[in-house]
Amino acid sequence: MNMNTSQNQTAFAAPHVLPLKIYLGVGALLLILTGVTVGVSFVPLGGFNVVVALLIASVKALLVALIFMHLLWDHKILLIFFVTAIVILTIFIALTMFDTMERGLVNPETRSPIQQDAIIYQNQQQPANTNGTGGH
Amino acid sequence: MSEIAATNHPTHLQHHFSEMAQQNDSAKLGMWIFLLTEILTFGGLFVAYAVYRAWNPDMFLMAHKALDVQMGALNTVVLILSSVTMALGIRAIQLDNPKQSVRFLVITIGFAVMFLVVKYFEYAHKFHVGQLPGKFYTYTGIEGTNPHIFFSIYFMMTGLHALHILIGIGLLSWVIRKTRQNIFSSQYYAPVENVGLFWHLVDMIWIFLFPLFYLIG
Repeated sequence: MNMNTSQNQTAFAAPHVLPLKIYLGVGALLLILTGVTVGVSFVPLGGFNVVVALLIASVKALLVALIFMHLLWDHKILLIFFVTAIVILTIFIALTMFDTMERGLVNPETRSPIQQDAIIYQNQQQPANTNGTGGH
Repeated sequence: MSEIAATNHPTHLQHHFSEMAQQNDSAKLGMWIFLLTEILTFGGLFVAYAVYRAWNPDMFLMAHKALDVQMGALNTVVLILSSVTMALGIRAIQLDNPKQSVRFLVITIGFAVMFLVVKYFEYAHKFHVGQLPGKFYTYTGIEGTNPHIFFSIYFMMTGLHALHILIGIGLLSWVIRKTRQNIFSSQYYAPVENVGLFWHLVDMIWIFLFPLFYLIG
């Protein structure tokens, strides 16, 4: 046991301090990306709008996690934890979407059992029962 | 040997840890485990969002126009700035400057309050015109079927997020008080750092909420 050395040298932790420039730079980058995501949302890209929006949001979230939350320099176990949560969330969303979107392939009648009799509010020209299901 | 240990023992080192680094790592590890449960809590709501948007793509497109992009963008900017001041507050205490740290943390609370004020005006307007969840929905200006679903999810997600902002304000006040009492230094600032982690996570969730609600198509 090297108690002496460990007590003398590492008993006091030296904080890992980032230069001011990094914080201000990342902050500026986050603000610029916010501007970009607002701007892009007004460009009609069809289904790609949501993809671009989520991509930019993910870059922003990654900047916050790696720099502001210090994951880049901390013990790697914390990064593994963070990635694990994201992976689990991705599985959660992906499998749920496979179920809810493809349910009709197996049994068309139970495709959207929830919406059929659940029209609480409707305000449109067409008759109520032509497009209650939303669908694909 | 025990004498050496006693004289070199940092004030804030709990006796069940062998050194400050270990104590700090443990505190952070615990905080991150909590943050994972937070991610999964909001994750359930993100799944609800994904399912209902996939089922009602047109309704989501029509209903989201009831939200004010300028208000949402303003709140995004406010939260990003608050994240920067939070990080700078931690940096100040790392550099043994509690006074500056307190200043940055107070500014962070200021931004948090600003966020809630903007949110209050948004909510007040929706309450006024009846853009409310479920059976409370009375607004007639949105075309499509079941727009109340959009507002159910909107109020659940932004409401839970606003609750986190409120809790964050409480945590920041607590940390500010302890910093004023000179409890924290470059040797011991784990509570400041962990409150910072919480605050950054709240910012991160808003980063996703903003495009998903305000910027559809």
